[in-house]
Amino acid sequence: MKNLNLASITGLTVLVLALLFSSFIASAADKSEINTLATLRDHTEITEQKEPVRIPNVVNKDIKQKRNYPMQPPVIPHTTRSYEVNMNNNKCLSCHSRQRTEESQAPMVSVTHFMNRDGNFLAEISPRRYFCNQCHVTQVDAEPLVENTFTDMHSLMKKKVTSAEND
Amino acid sequence: MKNILLIGWRTLTKPSGYYSLGALVIGGFIAGIIFWGGFNTALDITNTEEFCISCHEMENNVYEELKTTIHFSNRSGVRATCPDCHVPHKWTDKIARKMQASKEVWGAIFGTINTREKFLVHRKRLAQNEWERLKANDSLECRNCHNFDYMDFTQQSERAAYQHSTALASGEKTCIDCHKGIAHQLPDMKGVEGW
Repeated sequence: MKNLNLASITGLTVLVLALLFSSFIASAADKSEINTLATLRDHTEITEQKEPVRIPNVVNKDIKQKRNYPMQPPVIPHTTRSYEVNMNNNKCLSCHSRQRTEESQAPMVSVTHFMNRDGNFLAEISPRRYFCNQCHVTQVDAEPLVENTFTDMHSLMKKKVTSAEND
Repeated sequence: MKNILLIGWRTLTKPSGYYSLGALVIGGFIAGIIFWGGFNTALDITNTEEFCISCHEMENNVYEELKTTIHFSNRSGVRATCPDCHVPHKWTDKIARKMQASKEVWGAIFGTINTREKFLVHRKRLAQNEWERLKANDSLECRNCHNFDYMDFTQQSERAAYQHSTALASGEKTCIDCHKGIAHQLPDMKGVEGW
């Protein structure tokens, strides 16, 4: 009986040790995997404080940027510092609203923004589309953290057509 | 009481029988310097930001809003204080504005806008007062720092350069026509031109 106890204790100890060891290896593997992710900390040890990068400037060229896919909300090509969009006012609409575009020569808010969720057109901007910067954002003059391999549908189809012609 | 006043009045109307004319003239001159200097110093004290935000109507409302704007914190560290925009620099205009401001003392005593809620109720009227004042004097307080003659359009964004070289240059528009709410939050802008 005593021997059996001893054997079971040894067995359990070995098991626990093995589990611990494997978990160490696993966590090491996790760590190396984590380190391959692009983050603002960029491989900095957890015990160290990373030197923060300069805050980049907002692009203010007023030149429209291409949309990456047809449904993408167009990005804002100008600064919007201290533009108020709240209960009282919507600064964006002082140029982009239907009534103001003739004077401002700014692009008009898309007609989809006048539709309610059932697809009916309203006289004014639908309340669910009131907060412009929920979808439309300014761009900063910065290098992307990760390489972007996105290819739009148009290029994909073009590639397919050319490869079919070559065959 | 009436007798005392009468004695005072008689003394003032009678010619001086004791002091020399020289002493009176020089004394009057020195007293004038002291009183005038004191008056101007007091006026200057009321023209500081510390004085403006010593009442919480200003500090907890409009001053907090100013703190987030470019007129408070910016790359070159030049900042506008309350009187830079709200008090004319020329003496006569300044005195006229200060006399108007006595109504604000009345408001402070009776707590017309002593809470944020009360302030927001009056916000549109108060903002319109300032817009009208700046419209009438061709945005003089803006132009104390922002001089049109020295604007470099090539340093401005295309949109800004276009507007400044046309509407502003021709005098058709003045600063405040477009630059509303640059230092404080806006009231409800319904019915305001350009909104």
